[in-house]
Amino acid sequence: MKVIILNEEIELKDPVLPLGRPTLGSAGETGDWRTYRPKFIEENCIKCYKCWLSCPEGTIRVDAHGEYPYIDYVYCKGCGVCVHVCPGRKKQKALEMTPE
Amino acid sequence: MNVKIPEMMNRPEVLLRGNFACAGCGLSIAYKTAISALNRPIVVIPACCASVIQSLHPNVTYNVPTLNIAFAAHASAASGIARAKKMRGEDTTTVVWSGDGGTYDIGLATWSGAAERNENIIHFCYDNGFYSNTGAQRSSATPRGAVTTTTPGGKREKRKSVVRIMAAHDIPYIATASIGYPRDLYTKVKKASLIEGYRFILIDAPCPTGWNSDPAITPELGELSVKTGFFPLYEIEEGKLTFSKRSIRYKDPANRLPVENYLEKQGRFKSMTSDQIKLLTDDLQHEWDMLSRLE
Ligand SMILES: Cc1ncc(C[n+]2csc(CCOP(=O)(O)OP(=O)(O)O)c2C)c(N)n1
Ligand code: SF4
Ligand code: SF4
Ligand code: SF4
Repeated sequence: MKVIILNEEIELKDPVLPLGRPTLGSAGETGDWRTYRPKFIEENCIKCYKCWLSCPEGTIRVDAHGEYPYIDYVYCKGCGVCVHVCPGRKKQKALEMTPE
Repeated sequence: MNVKIPEMMNRPEVLLRGNFACAGCGLSIAYKTAISALNRPIVVIPACCASVIQSLHPNVTYNVPTLNIAFAAHASAASGIARAKKMRGEDTTTVVWSGDGGTYDIGLATWSGAAERNENIIHFCYDNGFYSNTGAQRSSATPRGAVTTTTPGGKREKRKSVVRIMAAHDIPYIATASIGYPRDLYTKVKKASLIEGYRFILIDAPCPTGWNSDPAITPELGELSVKTGFFPLYEIEEGKLTFSKRSIRYKDPANRLPVENYLEKQGRFKSMTSDQIKLLTDDLQHEWDMLSRLE
């Protein structure tokens, strides 16, 4: 790795800075943590995206505005936030928790 | 006007999936909402849950440049970065992302210096009201009556008003926000990002692990803390305070939900006596009264 110190280029053999890189699944496949799984029920979904707004993990995925959301089960930790905030259609939630 | 959801959806993803945060973590909601509102952010993080959830070296869950640093150096490191980037003509937004321990307590002298110099940084404090990552010790943000490992009988003192200390520095922008209202939070961050100088945003961020609450109700706790008057939402611009739309009606105590609605959903308040709840209610009213003087 080359670094510039006081205008001089210096070659460092070993990286001296503990530099990390953005990584998906930096703590592993956290879907393993789940005991309950949120299940999506399309006919009750009004595409309000409240689930997307509040999911702490970013595991509610929406490909484009106007599309239905879906869940990334590889990393979803099963916290139940999305189910709790979902208004659904006519009081029928579009998400529900089911045992793993 | 609050931001529309499509705008938020078009922003880059700043917090990557599969990290060490507990299920239902309020800090995660705060981080992904607030940091995604910024253009080219550089984030300085002192020791706190935010430094833990980024996971194990060399993997990092944050998708933005991040510097981990000691408590007492957060705002000074950010000051240096912001100045260096300006000298180099780079258009970046330098921020401190700290817990309440790192803002109310341990990093106070540092941010006070940076605020006095009016450094061009945004200081975020996600407030879960205690030291969570080291095992739930009290902080000066812990509310009266809350059980932590160092206040097993419930904290005897009231929560400190860090915002009023911050306000005494006469910085250009201060706001409070909550993960119960992500669009309001995003809108305030966006507004702050267009202002120059030291800006401070305090975010109510429930912590199911330390509060002993159901992870699924994290956003509901954020809403309840506003509706019970526990956590008022407001902005202070050039010394003038304006209560936010979500909070203005709770200025009148008659409009507030009973504070018990909020307390009973959290194990940390389970053992509170009615006398303690009365004292807590007085603490909350005192804070509203003091804030109203700044209107
Ligand atoms: C100078 C110093 N004192 C103490 C510690 C130990 N320590 C690490 S994180 C922490 C508490 C942080 O609490 P807070 O800022 O509220 O963040 P949270 O853990 O709640 O996310 C403490 C005391 C430290 N790292 N450095
Ligand atoms: S259960 Fe929790 S982590 Fe999983 S998708 Fe819903 S909100 Fe996200
Ligand atoms: S919160 Fe419920 S109704 Fe709204 S988009 Fe998500 S699943 Fe659909
Ligand atoms: S202890 Fe609390 S703040 Fe820390 S990661 Fe867990 S839920 Fe989030």
